[in-house]
Amino acid sequence: MGRKLLLEHINVPGINTFDVYRSKGGYAAVEKALKTLTPDEVVEEVKKSGLRGRGGAGFPTGMKWSFLAKPEGVPRYLVCNADESEPGTFKDRYLMTHIPHLLIEGMIIASFALGSKTSYIYVRGEMMPQIRILEKAIAEAKAAGFLGKNILGTGYDLELYVQPGGGAYICGEETALIESLEGKRGNPRIKPPFPAIAGLYGCPTVVNNVESIAATVPIIRDGGDEYAKIGIGRSTGTKLISAGGNLKRPGVYEIELGVPVEEFIFSDEYCGGIANGKRLKAVVAGGSSVPILPANLILKTAAGDARVMSYEGLSEGGFATGTMMGSGGFIAFDEDQCIVRNTWNFARFYHHESCGQCSPCREGTGWMEKVLHRLENGHGKMSDMDLLVDVSKKIEGNTICPLGDAAAWPVASAIRHFRDEFEWHVTNPTEAVSRNFGLAHYADPLPKPEVIA
Amino acid sequence: MLRVENITHQPVEFSPALMAQFADFVSRYPEGKQKSALLPMLHAVQAEQGWLSVPAMDKVAAYLGIEAIEVYEVATFYTMYFLRPQGKFMLEVCRTGPCCLVGAEKIMDHLEQKLGVKEGEVTPDGLFSWRGVECLAACGFGPVLQIGPEYTFYENLTTESVDQLLGDLKAKANN
Repeated sequence: MGRKLLLEHINVPGINTFDVYRSKGGYAAVEKALKTLTPDEVVEEVKKSGLRGRGGAGFPTGMKWSFLAKPEGVPRYLVCNADESEPGTFKDRYLMTHIPHLLIEGMIIASFALGSKTSYIYVRGEMMPQIRILEKAIAEAKAAGFLGKNILGTGYDLELYVQPGGGAYICGEETALIESLEGKRGNPRIKPPFPAIAGLYGCPTVVNNVESIAATVPIIRDGGDEYAKIGIGRSTGTKLISAGGNLKRPGVYEIELGVPVEEFIFSDEYCGGIANGKRLKAVVAGGSSVPILPANLILKTAAGDARVMSYEGLSEGGFATGTMMGSGGFIAFDEDQCIVRNTWNFARFYHHESCGQCSPCREGTGWMEKVLHRLENGHGKMSDMDLLVDVSKKIEGNTICPLGDAAAWPVASAIRHFRDEFEWHVTNPTEAVSRNFGLAHYADPLPKPEVIA
Repeated sequence: MLRVENITHQPVEFSPALMAQFADFVSRYPEGKQKSALLPMLHAVQAEQGWLSVPAMDKVAAYLGIEAIEVYEVATFYTMYFLRPQGKFMLEVCRTGPCCLVGAEKIMDHLEQKLGVKEGEVTPDGLFSWRGVECLAACGFGPVLQIGPEYTFYENLTTESVDQLLGDLKAKANN
């Protein structure tokens, strides 16, 4: 069994309450940070831990903290990004639901390190139950003297608030999140300036994912060096993986980075294999935006080595034969799943969620969705695959925020690895359509051909 | 998009409890940054009124001291705000990849059949609306749906459990 740092007490009855969480050693890391360390020393411990942002980008957290500008007389802010809405990813919701005080404790530590006196947890609006859970946990922590004025008699003041979003995937992008927190549409900002210089209300701001902030608790409790001993290479510590799709035991698992992918999928400690006795066809390893890989390439690298669950291990081979850790949203597809249909589903998602600010994303995502829709509905052309790759290339890298890349990669990688399946839809349109009969909502069984280049 | 249903001049009254919520929200942000309270305020208005009419949004704008268009542009951007009346229970089914792998489309088809209304429509008794929504962050427990304004979650749905849920909601509405 791997070490558990975040979910160690997840099954303890009442762990969502302050008293039980405290009885399991909760808030000891806050006491250690505020009473025995300076803010710079806390940052240094996080740097030593090697923690990389758990929201998807994987940027070193301690380094991000050290970039924060500290002009005199200007407030600084910490904002927790709890706008979890990447398809395949549900670890933050799980963590906030079951062990909310871990996030609250991490917020206090991180706020102290950054000099923030008012911090916000931006939770996606659909997670109203989690918002209520967090608000209750904040009230409990405040009543116990861990929030508010003069925390633990150290002279440090911190107010912590929960902010609901309004339902927009784009608000998971840090500058869009800041815009939303300012009461505006979630349109991403052009960077630079980065939030560390000009973020919330134009003030220096750090935006961190829920899991990243929660991970600061064991880092401060045990020390950054201890945390760095776990894992493999530059992928230190543990990582929450949300496993979904056609698995026997979907759910949220905490792994030590470096676990072989094969072990994660097939061992009883984790997912227990593919559901219903089927075979594994493909995997999206890090949320819908990362490249999909066929079974042979997710289990082994192109060189034939066992692929491991780590930032470097999953990206081994680049986008030609590898993928990304991303947010840790692990989606398994069994042999009966249609890759074209799933690619269309993801394309529809990104089209729906594009904020519309950049033309390549606004127009390109809709174009890809339409072409994929006609392919899946028996009206595709052999030239469609090249068209899709061309459109995806014209979106990728040409937008203000990474949503364009996120929309392009699933399409390009699906065609790269499953081109024969796309071609089958063109050569066997009747069979492709017939699979959709009985699913009236999914698609019109007699669609009118659309004229798209 | 603002629809014709919104263009009503019927005055809107907010309850004292809602006004107290407004004050609480505004207190969370620095002085002069009260616009940050807009999203939580719109959620609170919708929870009380069921949807966001133009007069209701105008009233929010007046409270925050911002232009009405600033409220409209937010209300039309985010998917959670209803700009026309909905059924008492809005059933939102996740329609994104992982949930579809385990049968979300069948659940949507079943809802359409059982309720007798298309996506986005309201049942004649005013009780139900339904729609497909994008990823609800419960991919390991799909298919899932949620019901506002509490956004109660129902996981691992089957057609049988959906029937049970609809029955429970009808009974709740009649009590």
